[in-house]
Amino acid sequence: MKGHVLRPLYVVLALVALTFAARAFVVPPDFGAHEKGYMYGWYRKGNEAEWKAFKVKHQTRSYCEGCHTEEYSLIMKSPHGIINCENCHGPARDHPEAPLKLGIDKSRALCLRCHGYLPYKSTGREMIKGISPEEHNPDVECVSCHSPHNPLGGLS
Amino acid sequence: MISRREFLRLGLAASAGIGLSAFAARAYSGKGRTPRWVFLVDTYKCVGCGLCVRACKLENEIPYEVNATRTWVERYVVKKDGVVVADAPLGARDGFTRNDPQGIIVPDADIAKAFFVPKLCNQCTNPPCVQVCPVGATYQSPDGVVLVDRTWCIGCGYCIMACPYGMRFFHPLYKTAEKCNFCYHRLSAGMKPACVDACPFGARLIGDMKDENDPVANIIRTERVTVLKEEFGTKPNVYYLNYDSVIR
Ligand code: HEC
Ligand code: HEC
Ligand code: HEC
Ligand code: HEC
Repeated sequence: MKGHVLRPLYVVLALVALTFAARAFVVPPDFGAHEKGYMYGWYRKGNEAEWKAFKVKHQTRSYCEGCHTEEYSLIMKSPHGIINCENCHGPARDHPEAPLKLGIDKSRALCLRCHGYLPYKSTGREMIKGISPEEHNPDVECVSCHSPHNPLGGLS
Repeated sequence: MISRREFLRLGLAASAGIGLSAFAARAYSGKGRTPRWVFLVDTYKCVGCGLCVRACKLENEIPYEVNATRTWVERYVVKKDGVVVADAPLGARDGFTRNDPQGIIVPDADIAKAFFVPKLCNQCTNPPCVQVCPVGATYQSPDGVVLVDRTWCIGCGYCIMACPYGMRFFHPLYKTAEKCNFCYHRLSAGMKPACVDACPFGARLIGDMKDENDPVANIIRTERVTVLKEEFGTKPNVYYLNYDSVIR
């Protein structure tokens, strides 16, 4: 065969070889088909471990029990015992190392998430006592009258 | 050179040995078997406080001020004249505090029914978002959770278009595809997803379908539950109690 026919063919072959060589370097060895097969399990296995190592931020209320025993036992006796501490104080992360203290949210908006009155009879919202934000002591923090840890414990 | 008889004898013994040890390994691992995570949402119990959305954004580092979230809560107000008003401002990050769906005040007397519907990734058994990924950056992990490899994603957005539930979006900082993964890091640590822990009313529950004694899996097995958009054939793993046909 003539050289001008073969020469482009060599170039193409060289390019294909180069692509495979480059792929061997660039694609990590753990990339390929795993448990779920080619359709759904074609990926880099190492990524699973990366997601598992993602930082946990919300530690749940059992984490607080040992140190803030007073608040814990108070709220657990009240109807607010169902609300996790971190919903009102923010994620604990590594508290008390970092952050040293957790935030205290005294905003009315926090309480209104559940207590803002909504006439939705076909939901659990119906079971929660609702107030009208415009009429129920507007502009005063709810917690200056109601205790968030003991809402039935009388007004302060 | 071994004889044919010898070869067959050895071969048989070897395969029996391999089979037995695999069986023994499976029996031994017992608790270490792979779960199949499923989710159960009760739309009656949801009060629309949005604490799940808040917890999710903080847990999963989705910039708080950006209107993007892995999970959200929708409000449906069905009026007596049949009109449905639905909304989810900021994904319900700040909850629903006023009776003003889409900014419209609906008089109490006009409401036929109204309820809240939490939404999150269905971790489909047949995930269309995974099929369309051209680079293998999104996949189904062995326990059925669909994950995104942020270092591998090229940001083409095919998966965002493919999801019939609109679960996916671009992460505002990484510019890669982002989605709910049932808080994979928490599941791996033996905890529950952040939204499940944040919900005071038990409207969101996580379970393991492969565990015969799992209380949540048993509700799904024994009670009347629905999945969203069944007609797409995606086989969702998020089940709904108290579903209504106005839910989209
Ligand atoms: C290892 C013990 C420990 C644990 C666990 C712990 N805390 Fe604390 N917490 C502290 C200490 C110490 C302080 C600082 C007290 C101070 O300086 O007044 C603090 C401060 C706080 C404050 C601020 C109090 C103030 O007066 O400003 C809040 C709110 C708080 N913690 C909530 C929580 C919550 C919610 C949890 C559980 C998620 C938790 N803590 C878990 C030890 C702990
Ligand atoms: C409904 C929201 C809410 C929940 C749930 C909640 N707190 Fe609080 N917490 C508050 C508010 C608001 C304050 C500030 C009270 C004040 O200043 O009167 C506060 C104050 C505190 C303080 C500071 C000391 C004090 O009494 O002023 C600690 C510590 C604390 N909470 C711990 C906890 C722990 C632990 C839990 C869970 C067992 C918890 N909180 C659950 C809203 C909440
Ligand atoms: C996650 C939802 C939720 C949030 C947030 C919440 N509450 Fe409650 N609250 C409840 C539930 C549930 C009850 C028990 C049912 C009831 O009595 O309404 C309750 C009860 C109360 C009661 C007693 C009502 C009565 O007389 O029976 C008061 C007062 C109260 N909450 C005040 C507050 C204040 C103040 C805040 C903000 C710090 C707050 N709540 C935040 C869910 C919530
Ligand atoms: C100035 C003090 C004060 C402030 C501020 C205040 N309340 Fe009250 N609240 C009261 C008193 C007094 C009552 C009991 C009398 C009544 O039913 O109006 C009450 C009753 C309630 C009840 C029970 C209603 C019922 O139907 O029995 C709830 C729930 C409640 N408050 C929530 C809140 C929330 C949420 C806020 C903040 C948005 C708030 N309160 C702010 C004084 C206050």
